[in-house]
Amino acid sequence: MIMNTHDSLQFSYTAIIRHPLRAVLVLLAIAIGVASIIIMTGLGEGARRFILNEFSSLGTNLLIIIPGKSETGGAMSIISGATTRDLTLQDTISLQRHHQIKRVAPIVFGAAEASWQQRSREVTIIGSTSELLALRHWSLSQGVFLPEGEMTRASAVSIIGTKIASELFPQTNPVGQKIRIGDRKFRVIGVLASKGRSIDIDTQNLIIIPVASAQHLFNTPGLFRILIETRSRESQKQVKTFIINTIKARHQNEEDITIISQDALLGTFDQILTALTLTITGIAAISLSVAGILIMNIMLITVSQRTAEIGLLKALGASRHQIQILFITDALLLATTGAILGILLGQGSNLIIHHFLPTLNNSAPLWSIVTAFLVAVFTGLLFGVIPARRAADLNPIQSLAHH
Amino acid sequence: MIKLKNINRIFQVGDQQVHALKNITLDINSGEYLSIMGPSGSGKSTLLNIIGMLDQPDSGSYHLQGKEVTHLTDNTQSMIRSSQIGFIFQFFHLLPRLTAAENIALPMMLAGVPYAERKQRTNKILQLLEITERADHKPEQLSGGQRQRVAIGRATIMQPKVLLADEPTGNLDRHAGHEVIKILEQLNQKGITLIIVTHDPELGERAKRKIKFIDGSITTDTGTDLA
Repeated sequence: MIMNTHDSLQFSYTAIIRHPLRAVLVLLAIAIGVASIIIMTGLGEGARRFILNEFSSLGTNLLIIIPGKSETGGAMSIISGATTRDLTLQDTISLQRHHQIKRVAPIVFGAAEASWQQRSREVTIIGSTSELLALRHWSLSQGVFLPEGEMTRASAVSIIGTKIASELFPQTNPVGQKIRIGDRKFRVIGVLASKGRSIDIDTQNLIIIPVASAQHLFNTPGLFRILIETRSRESQKQVKTFIINTIKARHQNEEDITIISQDALLGTFDQILTALTLTITGIAAISLSVAGILIMNIMLITVSQRTAEIGLLKALGASRHQIQILFITDALLLATTGAILGILLGQGSNLIIHHFLPTLNNSAPLWSIVTAFLVAVFTGLLFGVIPARRAADLNPIQSLAHH
Repeated sequence: MIKLKNINRIFQVGDQQVHALKNITLDINSGEYLSIMGPSGSGKSTLLNIIGMLDQPDSGSYHLQGKEVTHLTDNTQSMIRSSQIGFIFQFFHLLPRLTAAENIALPMMLAGVPYAERKQRTNKILQLLEITERADHKPEQLSGGQRQRVAIGRATIMQPKVLLADEPTGNLDRHAGHEVIKILEQLNQKGITLIIVTHDPELGERAKRKIKFIDGSITTDTGTDLA
C-alpha cells in the first residue's frame, strides 16, 4: 500500500504544527546552521576577492627585485631584506635593455618631515622615476608626474598625496609651491589622485620625488626595490633569468637578489584564503550536524509521544514501511523548511553586512548555498531514520495500551 | 472464516512466564455475533489481538478465509488488516489533530484511496452514523458516544469482513453505550462478523454466541448456529 505524497506531507504537517515550540526549535537550529555556512563562505569569499583585487592593483605582470638572497623566497625577505650588495641605479639602467621589459622603476623608500610655511607633518617618501605612475596604475588629479630623462638627475620636484595637499595647503593650490622635505626644498609639480590605501602603501600620505634626489636625501646609494613590468605574463620566466644573469654579472658573479613575481604572491594568497574559507565552512557544517542531533532527539521524543498513534495506524493497516516513511517525512519537512529559512537568513545577513562594509563583496558562492541546503536535508534524513525505525518497531498492542 | 488451532501465547513478564493463551482452538463463521467474556487477564484481549494480526501466536495455526496468516510478511499482514479487519477500542483512539471526517478517512488515506472517493465514502458513513453535522469537529469537541461512532465509521470504512471490538462501551454512559451496541448489531445484521470482548455481562448476553475465558482457556462456548 502506498499513501500519496500530498497526503503524507499533509499528515506530517498537521503532526508538526501540533507542537509549534518543538517545530520552531528544530527549524531554528537548522536555519542557523545553514545561514552560518552561507555567511562564513560569503565573508571568506569577500576577503579573498578583496585581497586578490588589492594584489592586482599593485600593477600588471609585475616582478619585484629585492636586494639580498632569500633562501626560502616569498614574504620574509620583504621585511628583513638583509643585503649583501646594494642594488644601484646602474643596475636598474642595465635592466632596461631587454625587449620583454616594458617598464622599470627603481624605488628608494623612507620617511621624512615635510613642511610648508608653519605646517609640517611626517610623510612617506618614495624616490622613483617617471615610469612609476603607469607601472602602479596611479593617476594624477593635478599637475604632472616626474619628468622623463636620466634617472641619475636629482631635480628638486615632488608629487604629493591628497592628504598632504589638503593638510599642508588648506587654502592654497599646492602646484608650484615649494615644500621643505628634510633639509631640502622641492617644488610641487603634481598631486596624486586619491585612491585611498593600497595594499602596500597609503597613497594619500605619500610624496614622490626623483630617485636620485631621494638617494641624496637619505644619503644612500642603494635601492629599496626595483619594480619591473614585463610585456606579457608568459615572458616573465625569461625576464627573470635575464635579470639574474645581468645582476650577477654586475655583482662579481654573485646571485644576491630575490625576485618575487606578482603571480606567485597572488597564487599563494589565493591558496591560503581558499583553505581558510573551506575551513570555516567546514566548521559551520559541523554546527549543522549538531542541529541534526537535535532533530534526532526531538524526533525520538515525538515517537514516544505518538506511541498510541503509531499503534493505531498499524491497527488501521499501516505497514512498518509506511510508519517509517511518515516519520522520515516529518524530519525531511522540518529539515527542508529549516534549510530554506536558513538560506533566506544567510543571504539577508550577507546583504546587511555588505551594506555596512561596502568594499567587501561578500556574496556567498552558489556552491556553498547548494552544499548548505543538501547538508541540511541529508542531516534531516540521516537523523530522522533512527527515530522512524524505532517507531516502526513499536509493538502495536503495547502502543495502544499506552494511553 | 476464522480457524484457530492450538494457539499458544506466552508473555515474559519479568522473570515469570505468563501463559496468556493455552491451546486455543476456535472456529468462527462468517456473519457470527460473538462475545468473549472473562475476568481481566484471562487472555481475551490477547485472543482479539491475534485474530486482528496485531500479535503473533507462539505456536498454533490461524487461517483467515482459508489462508494461513501467521507467517506472512509485515506488508501482507498490513494489507489484510487494512481490507478485512476493523478495530474498535475502549478509548476510541481517534487522532486529536484530525476532524471526525478525517479520522474516518484515515484508513483510506493509508491505503492510498484517491481523495474524491474518500470524500464520497466518508460522507456516506457520516450520514449512516448520523454525525454529518459533526464532520468538521475535532474529537475533543465530541461527546463520548459521538467519538465511538466516529471510531466505528473508521473501522468500517474499508468494508471489512470482521469487526473486533474491545470493550466498545467501557468508556461510555449507559445510553451512549446502548446506541453504540445498536449500531454494531445493525452492522452484524448486514453480514459483518462481530466479535466483542467485554466483561459486562449484560452486553455479553446479547451476543448469539457466548464464549467464556478463564486463565487462557475457553471454559464455555455456546456454539454457533451458523454453518
